[in-house]
Amino acid sequence: MAGLLGAPLAWLLVVYVGSLALLVASAFFSLDELSGRVTTDPTMDNLAEAFGESAYWSLVARSVGVAAAVTIACLALALPSAYYVSRLARPWAKRGLIVAMLLPLWAGYLVKAFGLRAIFEPGSEVGGGGLLRALVGWSPGFGYVAVIATLAYLWFPYMLLSVYAGFERLPESLLDASADLGAGSLRTFRSVVMPMLVPSIAAGSIFTFSLSLGDYITVKIVGGTAQLIGNIVERALLAPNQPLAAAFTIWPIGIMVAYLVVMGRLGAFENL
Amino acid sequence: MRISARARLGYRLVTYATIGLLYLPLVLIFVLSFNSARSLVWPPRGWTTRWWTTFFDVESARAALLSSARIGAVAMVIAVVLGTMLAFALQRHDFFGKQTVGLLAVLPIALPGIVTGVALRNAWVRFGWDLGFLSVVAGHTTFCIVVAYNNVVARLRRVAPNLREASADLGATPLQTFRYVTWPLIRSAVVAGGILAFALSFDEVVVTTFTAGAGISTLPQWILNNFSRPNVLPYVTVMATIVIVVSLPIAWLAQRLSDGGGETR
Repeated sequence: MAGLLGAPLAWLLVVYVGSLALLVASAFFSLDELSGRVTTDPTMDNLAEAFGESAYWSLVARSVGVAAAVTIACLALALPSAYYVSRLARPWAKRGLIVAMLLPLWAGYLVKAFGLRAIFEPGSEVGGGGLLRALVGWSPGFGYVAVIATLAYLWFPYMLLSVYAGFERLPESLLDASADLGAGSLRTFRSVVMPMLVPSIAAGSIFTFSLSLGDYITVKIVGGTAQLIGNIVERALLAPNQPLAAAFTIWPIGIMVAYLVVMGRLGAFENL
Repeated sequence: MRISARARLGYRLVTYATIGLLYLPLVLIFVLSFNSARSLVWPPRGWTTRWWTTFFDVESARAALLSSARIGAVAMVIAVVLGTMLAFALQRHDFFGKQTVGLLAVLPIALPGIVTGVALRNAWVRFGWDLGFLSVVAGHTTFCIVVAYNNVVARLRRVAPNLREASADLGATPLQTFRYVTWPLIRSAVVAGGILAFALSFDEVVVTTFTAGAGISTLPQWILNNFSRPNVLPYVTVMATIVIVVSLPIAWLAQRLSDGGGETR
C-alpha cells in the first residue's frame, strides 16, 4: 500500500501543498524597489496593503457576491432539470438528456466565454450589437450581469451533476410516504427532498463558488470595467510585485478554506 | 411524489430550454466562424469560408495547437498513473488520514485556479527554474490527478471484491490477478479518466497563463491573446469551433467508457 500511496501523495504534497506553503510564505517577503527583485527580508507591508485598505475589502465582498450569485443561479437551473431527468423522464431519454447537459463542460472555457460575449456584445448607438441586442433590442452590456451569467453558464454542469446524483439517491418510497401522510408536492419538496439534497448541493456549490471566486478571465472577456479578486492578483503579479500578489491570494485561500469547512459540515465531501 | 400532467410538462420545458441555452453559445460561435465581418456582431454581414481555408497558414495557431496536444498528452499520462495508484490505495486500504488524502486530491480543483497557478509559478521561479513546458505540465498534472482518480475509484467500488479472492483461491499471484482480473475490469475507466484529463488540460487557461512564462503558448492562451485583435478574431472563432468539434465527441466517448463495463455487483 505504501508503494501505491507514495508517488501520488508525494506529488500532491511536494508540488501542490509545497508551493501553496511557499506562496503564503512569500506574502511576507519584500520587494527591492530599485532592482525589482524579491528578497526574503520579512515584512508586513504586503499583508497590510491587501488586508488594510477598504477598497480591497469591497472588491472582495463584490467577488464573494458574484460567486454566491453564480451558485444560486446554477442551483435554480439545476434543481428543476435534474429533478426532471432523474424522476420524470422516460428511462430511454434519461441517459441522452444527462449526457447532453454535461457535454458542454468539455467544450472549452474560452469558447463558451466568447459565445457569451457574442451574445452580450452591447454595440453602440448606431447598432452592431450581439445576439441579444438583435433579438430583443436590449443587452445589459459588459459588466457584472454578463460576468454572473457567463460564470453560471460555465459552471452549471458541475452543479447539475451533483444535484442529479442527489436525486438519484433519493428513495422513491420516502416521497410516497410523504404523500401518503398528506403532504402536497411543495411540502414534500421542502421537508423531505431539500434536506436530503443539501449534501449534494453543498458539493456542487464548492465548484461553482470556488471557480467563480478565482476567475479573472471571464471578467476580462465580458466584464467591461468590472474587477474581481483574480484581476488584482494578476495585476500585482504583472507589476511585477510577486509578494503583493501572494498576499492577495490569501483572500481566496482563506475564503475557500472557510467555505470548505462549512460545506464539509453539510456533508459535501461524501458527495464530491 | 404525485406530479400533475401540467407540472410534468413545465419541468420538461424548463429542462429542454436549459439544454437549448447550453448549446446556444456553442452554435453561435460555429456560425460566426463563417462570418465575413471581423467582429462578433449579429446578424453576420455575409458568409465566407475564408477563415477556415486560411486557418492553417496562421503559424502561431498551429504551434499553439501542437503545444497544447503535447502538454495534454504528458500531463494525462502522469495524472492517470498517479490517479490510478491513489484510487487503489484509498479504495483497498484503510489507514489513518485517509479522508485527508482524498480531500488533498480534490483540493487542486476546489481551490481557485489562480491560487494554484500563482503558487506554482512562485515556487518555480524561487527555485530558479525557467517557466515553460515542464511548469505547465506540473500544473496540469496536479489538477488532472483527481479526474483520473475519480473515474478509477468509482469503478473499483463497483467491482466485487470476491472476484479477487476467487482468483487468489485459484492460485493466481497478486500480479496475475491484477493482469487477468482487475485490469480488464477497470481498463475502460482508466481510459475514460485519461481522456477527461486530456480534455481538461487541453482547455485550461488560468493555471497555464501563470505557469507558461514567455516561452510557450497553448491553444487557449492563443485565443486569449488574440481576441482583441480584429485581424485575428475570425481565426479565434475557427479555433474555438475546432475545440468544440474535437472535444465533444471525445468527452461523449469517455462518458460511454466510464459508464459501461465492470459491473460485477
